[in-house]
Amino acid sequence: MERLFRPHMTSAPVGTVLLASARYPARLRRIADPPALLYVRGEVRPEEAAVAIVGSRRATATGRLVTERLAAGLAQYGVTVVSGLARGIDAVAHHAALEAGGRTIAVLGCGPDIVYPPEHGGLLAAITRSGCVLSEFSPGTPPLSHHFPRRNRIIAGLALGVVVVEGDARSGALSTAASALNEGREVMATPGSVLNPLTRAPHALLRQGATLVESAEEVLAAVGLPVDPAGTGDGPMAGPMEQPEGAATLVWQALGTEPTHIDQIVDDSGLPAAEVAALLIELELRGLVRGLPGKHFIRVWRAREGAR
Amino acid sequence: MLSRVQSAALVGVDAVPVDVEVDVSFGLPAFAIAGLAATSEQDARERVRAAVKNSHRDVPARRILVNLAPADVRKEGAAFDLPIALGLLVATGQLRPGVVDGVMAVGELSLDGRVRPTPGVLAVALLARRLGVRRLLVPNANASEAAAAGLAVVPVETVLEAVEVMEGRAAPRPVPAAPRESRVRHEVDFAEIKGQAHARRALVVAAAGGHHLLLLGPPGAGKTMLARRLPTILPPLGPDEALEVTKIHSVAGLVPPGVGLLSVRPFRAPHHTTSRQALVGGGSIPRPGELSLAHHGVLFLDELPEFHRDALEVLRQPLEEGVITIARVQMSVTLPARVMLAAAMNPCPCGYFGDARRPCGCTPPQVGRYRARISGPLLDRFDLHVEVPRLPPDDVAAAPAGEDSAVLRARVLAARVIQRRRFGRRRTGVNGRMSGRALRRFCPLEPGAAQLLRAATERLALSARAYDRVLRVSRTIADLDGVDSDEGITARHVAEALQYRLP
Repeated sequence: MERLFRPHMTSAPVGTVLLASARYPARLRRIADPPALLYVRGEVRPEEAAVAIVGSRRATATGRLVTERLAAGLAQYGVTVVSGLARGIDAVAHHAALEAGGRTIAVLGCGPDIVYPPEHGGLLAAITRSGCVLSEFSPGTPPLSHHFPRRNRIIAGLALGVVVVEGDARSGALSTAASALNEGREVMATPGSVLNPLTRAPHALLRQGATLVESAEEVLAAVGLPVDPAGTGDGPMAGPMEQPEGAATLVWQALGTEPTHIDQIVDDSGLPAAEVAALLIELELRGLVRGLPGKHFIRVWRAREGAR
Repeated sequence: MLSRVQSAALVGVDAVPVDVEVDVSFGLPAFAIAGLAATSEQDARERVRAAVKNSHRDVPARRILVNLAPADVRKEGAAFDLPIALGLLVATGQLRPGVVDGVMAVGELSLDGRVRPTPGVLAVALLARRLGVRRLLVPNANASEAAAAGLAVVPVETVLEAVEVMEGRAAPRPVPAAPRESRVRHEVDFAEIKGQAHARRALVVAAAGGHHLLLLGPPGAGKTMLARRLPTILPPLGPDEALEVTKIHSVAGLVPPGVGLLSVRPFRAPHHTTSRQALVGGGSIPRPGELSLAHHGVLFLDELPEFHRDALEVLRQPLEEGVITIARVQMSVTLPARVMLAAAMNPCPCGYFGDARRPCGCTPPQVGRYRARISGPLLDRFDLHVEVPRLPPDDVAAAPAGEDSAVLRARVLAARVIQRRRFGRRRTGVNGRMSGRALRRFCPLEPGAAQLLRAATERLALSARAYDRVLRVSRTIADLDGVDSDEGITARHVAEALQYRLP
């Protein structure tokens, strides 16, 4: 890997924070094996409410939506979202936090100046601007496989708790959860379909006693942060802002929280395929439905009024 | 003594007249043929010599010179065997000179004097009709095909039979009747496809408007099954179309013996290892490729990204213009290529991108690279992008059987009637070929539809070309709805068309 790896480099300035420094994240300092030196791009804060969201690189559409919902919700409550900049769940968590106008921290398994995976250059830059990128590896260090378990302990160390969204039985998310457990941080997981192989990791954690979370509010409650009662409206599963009418209701009822294929919607609604196709686009343009790859559709749920 | 018999050579998918002149003179015995394309074609000498001898006629030990004129037309194949043999018989006084006047002949000879079938006989017959040829001698196996051109043909089984018919000693055998089936029978039907409501509907739209379509889906989803049934819902071939299709297939030697006009729209599914020449046509004397063989039918390219990139790029222009021009040093030939293109591909290298049950193991760059194998301009040719899901076996068993091809075809035909009224004698013909001016003229949007399309352009980030595609497809959907050209396209039509955009 070392020979094959041709790093994508960035030239952005890299700062350092020593363990003894007042700027060093206080929660990270308390773990058993804190890094003596952190390489930092962006703004590092000694104290902040942070929750980590981690999961599989090969996330399913459902996993991505769940992640988006949690990360955006946490960001709206002013909680920092920590993750590992990997493909899949990690990237979605960073993206959603940024889009909701929140702060997010990416912890890398390579030097702070290296873009890995290479397609995340833009995401990395955005995180640097409105959050921070951390690494204990010196500039130029390639992303080697044994770096990632070390990186995971930092993710767990920075956060009040870790949410595992999706992962198979060998997922790195389990190592992050193990670190969190060792340090006495909250371990949370989102349940999913038993048919989905990527629910092995979260379900294994739930079996061992992790907290089951469905919404940002439940995450906040689990890590002991106060939930603003004014903002939650009618609970975590608040419905959409507007309800469809006419034939669209039939389509709406055929949709669920799991991605539904258009043919299934045709079957369940009893409407002709042509009409279903048209109604779905109308709902999608109104922001009530989201189209996923493979002509699957899902209802858009809002965590709170005005959230999107 | 000199004799002259008319024959024809194939250039592209058309025949051009060729005079076969035979001169026999005293001198050192020889048998030479001038004007043939390759030296290997000189085998004709030996075939003619043996066939004549085995027909109880003589090839005298004289100086025999055969000339195929004009010399600048490149000729290949064995179709000149029969006219050479007849000319030889006349030139050597074994056949009365008058009987070959106004006669055109084609046919390959076997050594025992039988006349074997030869490709392109329909093209020759069409030429003969144009030239006002009195009698066209064709191999018996090609008789029905030649008769489709609508002129008197004389089918012959042997050289001897040809001689006897021409001398009036035998009546020409009747042309075997090849009834043109009024009802086309297909081997497959849409009724065999269970579920797939969305994909079925998309195929009806594609067939109704003659739109090119791209099927995306994991392995085993049934993309090929769907595409194979596309010809079953297209309108039946018109008489002129049938003649063209048969002519092309005849040139390629693909018309079975005893068949007159082909009545089923062609469905060509070349394998992805197919070379550029085999796909679009080629060779030093250009011959039709899969593209021309699919003329007036469906060209199906399965595993589109696996095709040679240069082979795909060559398709772009013919898809637009309906013809392909092949330029060679010797000649340039234009072949018909009016096809409906149906292509299929996996959404990503592993095939499970977007699958509900199985996570896709591909990294985003892998997916990107896979899709980038199809160039943007080619992708732009597909008006409909149809995602075909893989159904678990239990669901397939439980899925309701859909409507059959006859029902769907009726809908397509109704929409085509509206399009015929709209385009009249314009070359556009179907909505799928509208562009620029025609789009603006024939696709008026109702206010609600315009608003929806504007919103969609913004929210879904449609490119200008994607916008045009949505317009074209909405026109077809409106036609399927029975909305006439003067009435506007509604929001419902536009909304459905948006569902077939590039995912």
